[in-house]
Amino acid sequence: MAEHRIFGLFADFDQAFEVVADIRRYEVPGVTVDDVRIKSPIEHPEIEDVLGERPTDIPKWAFGGGLFGLVFGFFFLAGAQANFTVQPQGGKPVITVPSNLVLAYEMLILFAVLATLVGFIVGARLMRKRGPFYDKAVSLDQIGIVIEKVDDIQREQVRALFAKHRVIDVFEETGT
Amino acid sequence: MSDTATKHLTEVQTKDIDENIAWAKINEDVLRSMENPRRGYWIAMAISVALFSIMIYAEVYQYIVGMGPAALNTSHMWDLYISTFVFWIGMSHSGTLLSAILHLVHADWRKPIYRFAEAMTTFSLMTAGIFPVIHLGRVWNFYWVMPYMTDRGIWPNFRSPLIWDAFAITTYLTSSVLFLYIGMIPDLAICRDHAKGWRKKLYTWLSLGWHGDDRQWRNFRITYLVIACLLIPLAVSVHSIVSMDFAMAIMPGWHVTTFPPYFVAGALYSGCAAIITLFILLRYFFKFEEYMTFPILDKVCKLTFVISMVWTYLNLVEFASVWYGHDIPSKEVLLAKAYGPYAPFFWGMIFCGMILPFSLLSNWVRRNMKVLFVVSVLLNVGMWLERWMIVTPTLSLSYHPWGWNVMWPGWVEWAMVGGSFGWFGMLFLIFVKVFPCVSMYEVKEMVFHRKRTVYEDVDEMMVLHSGTPSAADAGAAKPGGS
Repeated sequence: MAEHRIFGLFADFDQAFEVVADIRRYEVPGVTVDDVRIKSPIEHPEIEDVLGERPTDIPKWAFGGGLFGLVFGFFFLAGAQANFTVQPQGGKPVITVPSNLVLAYEMLILFAVLATLVGFIVGARLMRKRGPFYDKAVSLDQIGIVIEKVDDIQREQVRALFAKHRVIDVFEETGT
Repeated sequence: MSDTATKHLTEVQTKDIDENIAWAKINEDVLRSMENPRRGYWIAMAISVALFSIMIYAEVYQYIVGMGPAALNTSHMWDLYISTFVFWIGMSHSGTLLSAILHLVHADWRKPIYRFAEAMTTFSLMTAGIFPVIHLGRVWNFYWVMPYMTDRGIWPNFRSPLIWDAFAITTYLTSSVLFLYIGMIPDLAICRDHAKGWRKKLYTWLSLGWHGDDRQWRNFRITYLVIACLLIPLAVSVHSIVSMDFAMAIMPGWHVTTFPPYFVAGALYSGCAAIITLFILLRYFFKFEEYMTFPILDKVCKLTFVISMVWTYLNLVEFASVWYGHDIPSKEVLLAKAYGPYAPFFWGMIFCGMILPFSLLSNWVRRNMKVLFVVSVLLNVGMWLERWMIVTPTLSLSYHPWGWNVMWPGWVEWAMVGGSFGWFGMLFLIFVKVFPCVSMYEVKEMVFHRKRTVYEDVDEMMVLHSGTPSAADAGAAKPGGS
């Protein structure tokens, strides 16, 4: 049986949220809220309440990057100093902890920021080859709802549900 | 917009933004600004290019002839180059730092103005970075400051605050560019959807395939928050480290423990003043009267006044601690600033930096764009003089009598200082022409939330007083706003 993706455009968040509420009430048997994605021009604060909590790993990426930066930064500097003892020390230790901590702190921030960026690209699924189901009305002022993994029977039910909530436009993509 | 319409807007604007602006209009206005700026934009660009050309000429001349025409010598090895470096580092502070702080405290009035402020940070840092390289004299060896492996096993001296500078500024520049870029991704997707030709290719590449789904927004929000949290301590550390270039040196007037907070306050102060200047210019160039509104400008002015008072206090603390201390050379330097050959510049700094900010208390000044523009420029003149008065008087009156001499900058130094404004202006003006300088998606959010708040208030009032159907029930509150 062919698998479809259906994309409906709505005029505002209320209509889109009503569609999701109906899906939560199992008005389309077999389609759950986990199959639903909302596309919007802004991040509505209630999207998470409507779709349910979907955690992200960004803080872990930031923590990992920061920890790496701190440890790598300190040992990189200490290693460089330990291998360059001909440098005039001015009576100070070869490996100076206070000054190295200043630089290690900067490395902590740098690697935390870089890791956060990587985490964002991975977590948000950016830079994908597969073209997104998208219409530029979403970047203007309309709200899109994408429902994944819809079979032939559910397709008609989803279309009817969209129509009930005054959908502006509907697009379909058929996969296998 | 005609002068009459502008005057009308000035009189009636009481809200940060009109919550009835349609989302489509926000896109339209901002995208149009990237196509058709006023003639003033091109005049500003021409002035910037001219100043930058003079800088290039001066640098080539200095490269061929040596450091003599800049009037640098053994005791005066820094002077205007490092003063201007500190000035531009300071200028870079308000953009990203204020944007991050205001983001964390949910001050939504930052939304129409933070983009250009963050761009200001990036380009100020790129301008600041030029000066340590120029002042080296042997510019071709600038990369020696970076820690890289060589077969001779030579490393920089990591105990030197100058190396800390290199690390801190590189980190701050990288992080600020990423903060600016990440915050711009949803807007780049909007540009991608409406552009043609080379712009379409550029925005498609830079928007990374953004299509605004809930997964992307969720990750975006947390990423932006995390980077904002990381940037606040970073920004403070950067200017603290720059202050240590001076405070770690045993020189009269520099070896002061209050220098780190003093530098950070000064940085915020000059950055805020620069935000006012650029706010006024962009509002005029791109006809952004509906987004860069008087109430927002009012808030920036009040913020600038508060920070100026913090800076003034720290300045007076520094003077008092030198005056009541027992370090005679430091006291000599302070007196030389007030009564010596640099006195006009010192008192100019006092006037522009400490007295002029009181004009921001006047409602008339805050509402008069031309006067405010002049005031904001003078505030930054004061801040530039402050940096000059930190560097040069100390070098002219240090502990060694052989170094006692008054130094006046040569034409090459002045050309470099003027050219740096040209370089900054050029980069900034190119940026605002290629990228949206008002955040479209965040202005939409601002409008959306403010409209909802208004209708929620109306709902409550109607239910309380008459029991009539609420505005939202009647279909008046259309969240799409269009």
